[in-house]
Amino acid sequence: MTDTASSEPAPIEIPEGVWSQPEVDMSAIEEIASVESVRSVRAFASLTYDYTPGLATTRFLRAIKEKRLVGERCSETGKVYIPPRGVSPVSGMPTTEQVDLGLDGTVVSFCVVNLDFTGNAQEIPYVSALILVDGSDIPIYGLVREIPYNEVQPGLRLKSVWVEDSEMTTSFENIKWWAPNGEPDVPASELADYV
Amino acid sequence: MPEEATTSGEEDVLRAPLVLEYPFKRTTGPVIGAFLTALREGRFIGIEDDQGKVLCPPVEYDPASGASLTKLVPVGSEGEVLFWSWNQSVRDGQPLDHPFAWAMVKLDGADTPMMHAVDAPHDAMVTGLRVRAKFAEERIGSMDDLLCFEPVS
Repeated sequence: MTDTASSEPAPIEIPEGVWSQPEVDMSAIEEIASVESVRSVRAFASLTYDYTPGLATTRFLRAIKEKRLVGERCSETGKVYIPPRGVSPVSGMPTTEQVDLGLDGTVVSFCVVNLDFTGNAQEIPYVSALILVDGSDIPIYGLVREIPYNEVQPGLRLKSVWVEDSEMTTSFENIKWWAPNGEPDVPASELADYV
Repeated sequence: MPEEATTSGEEDVLRAPLVLEYPFKRTTGPVIGAFLTALREGRFIGIEDDQGKVLCPPVEYDPASGASLTKLVPVGSEGEVLFWSWNQSVRDGQPLDHPFAWAMVKLDGADTPMMHAVDAPHDAMVTGLRVRAKFAEERIGSMDDLLCFEPVS
């Protein structure tokens, strides 16, 4: 894509002796010299995968299509992991017990995003949070909405907001975002193990 | 993602297409920028090296001496196939959607060839074949502005 001169950043001064390209002589190609020059190109590097999530996450995705959140428990530590990967990251042992979790959760930590970036579909500022789903022991990422960004804090209780039933698929994107559920905040001391 | 996942064979494990895309933006520098500008205008340029040979596509530095090259010159939109290789199994992202030849094409006025697709039947491909550039109708200043080469009829 051709950029206009106005969108170009200020020229960078390159110290003497450091790599730079000299001016070119365009006197022989005046018809090119007289039009706006191409200065940059968009070069998309695209990688197409055939993704398979494995058995445990397949179980999780099948449940999420039915508006259920399921984790799997480590038999040694008792910790419940979501989304389940079929193995405990602590003991290295297979997780064998499937656990039904709630559809609510608690903000463990969060980030107010103020910078726009390529591919971002959200209006800034918005809040991305680590959310501890009720009954689980490891937080997941989620978008927090329906509350001013400067009122989000650790301990905030949330409910998951889902797409219409007719739009439910085996995708984590069934959860559109998370919103306050009206319950009192969880004391920070109860979240210490999850930060 | 998220396209509807499908299951495949063993134990009913889900499977879905996943495209990871990096939207890189690269600066061209004055030489490649001039080449892409020329493509956008539906023409070619090359660059003169130390010996007065014309390199097309142009490069910033002399391949033999390493000296900076600056003298841009016009090059024709027709040329000659120096050598070629047939591409029977076309993949996504290649210039054409049917079998074609990858060829080294030396454009008129240039002393070096460039590689690109030649849209011709297999039995028409021959060393020395005269070809002409086919440009996209809408051009933006990108390598994709050059669709392929076609035989001069």
